[in-house]
Amino acid sequence: MIDLVAIGASWGGLRAISTVLRALPSTFAAAVVVVQHRAATDSMLAPLLDRAGALPVRDADDKDPLRAGEVLVAPADYHLLVDGDAVALSVDAPVRFSRPSIDVLFETAAQARGDRVVAVVLTGSNADGAAGLMTVRRHGGIALVQEPADAERPEMPSAALRACPGAQVRPLAAIGPELVRICGPTA
Amino acid sequence: MSSSESSVEELELELLLEALYRRHGLDFRGYAMASLRRRVWRRVQLDGLATITALTDRLLHHPDVLERLLADLSINVTEMFRDPGFHRALREKVLPLLRTYPFVRVWNAGCSTGEEAYSMAIALQEAGLLDRSRIYATDMNEGALARARTGTVPLASMQSYTENYQRAGGTRGFSEYYEVQGDMAVFDPALTRNIVFAQHNLATDRSFNEFHVIVCRNVMIYFGRDLQRRVHQLFLDSLVPLGLLGLGRKETIQPPELAASYEPLESAEKLYRRRS
Repeated sequence: MIDLVAIGASWGGLRAISTVLRALPSTFAAAVVVVQHRAATDSMLAPLLDRAGALPVRDADDKDPLRAGEVLVAPADYHLLVDGDAVALSVDAPVRFSRPSIDVLFETAAQARGDRVVAVVLTGSNADGAAGLMTVRRHGGIALVQEPADAERPEMPSAALRACPGAQVRPLAAIGPELVRICGPTA
Repeated sequence: MSSSESSVEELELELLLEALYRRHGLDFRGYAMASLRRRVWRRVQLDGLATITALTDRLLHHPDVLERLLADLSINVTEMFRDPGFHRALREKVLPLLRTYPFVRVWNAGCSTGEEAYSMAIALQEAGLLDRSRIYATDMNEGALARARTGTVPLASMQSYTENYQRAGGTRGFSEYYEVQGDMAVFDPALTRNIVFAQHNLATDRSFNEFHVIVCRNVMIYFGRDLQRRVHQLFLDSLVPLGLLGLGRKETIQPPELAASYEPLESAEKLYRRRS
């Protein structure tokens, strides 16, 4: 059973994440955690994503529990980590110039949840998430990557596919429906 | 990595923390594991080792690794007036409440290299309170405290600190507070005179005074739930009635029964006031 979806996005991510969330029903059976690269002072991301679809979206507080059908976003200037049944935050140094870092989210999600994770790499113009996606795969989780040609910026999905050639590739419009197929709504 | 390899790694991490505690009295067992694991692996890799067990072996038989590991495990990220909105609220909402006290004691818990303590000293100075205040700035890491006691910060940081200071409602020229020596900014001793830097470990040490203000920001995010509860109890026991508590932007008082002992003073900036 897959009960955690981890999404990473950078340049163009607001539109891409919104598209994914729009496809998830209120009965979605997994918890969702999101890292979108953002300015250290930005506070608008979660309210914007909250309007995208049926699932409630908010900036994560430290130790917020992971709950099916709820979306937690990495707050500006913090790393978001999965720790057991909850999230944890850190202000450790940026990883590859990024805080929040997609790699940190993916690696801790894999560590905590093993094969119960699906990790998704969306549009972006750097290589964050590639190493983390590989870690998710090594722990038996599912790797899902936006088709680079379909992405607003192809570099990040391309880097993810180079690091993790076995990942599934989908155009943006098919990612949300694929997550519903993998995780299912609650019975 | 299979799930059985994962649980082996978890055991290795537990044994390392047990060794740190029993051999050196340093208790990281209550820390949040996800970030601790990342920090431990960083030391494993920097020391050219393959497993956490190899690091434990080195820790037990070659004590020189202790200082490096301790530096890795300490929370050492800090800046002056980090989150200017918090420091503005401190200045506008908290300091006016302190005017009635003949003497003000502030505890900056987890002060690292002192940047937050200096920031509070500046705010107290501009409110005319510094002369009758004492800031107790504590950290578990002696290395960080030794740097804090120098009263200096790297000059390279001063541009962003100046912007933070202004956004936090600073009323003077920031450069009035320091002079440049080489590549360091040296703070005016009048500012640092009333700061006491001392070693204190939130995981194991007790309350050591009664305070009017406690500020502990982005330190407890590294603690697990049980340790967070211990430290919140410690803070409650260390605050005078109507004393003030300031946390990081994404932290909450846990558990709820301890949170009930406070009322929000400025909830958006995580400033709370202990009920009387």
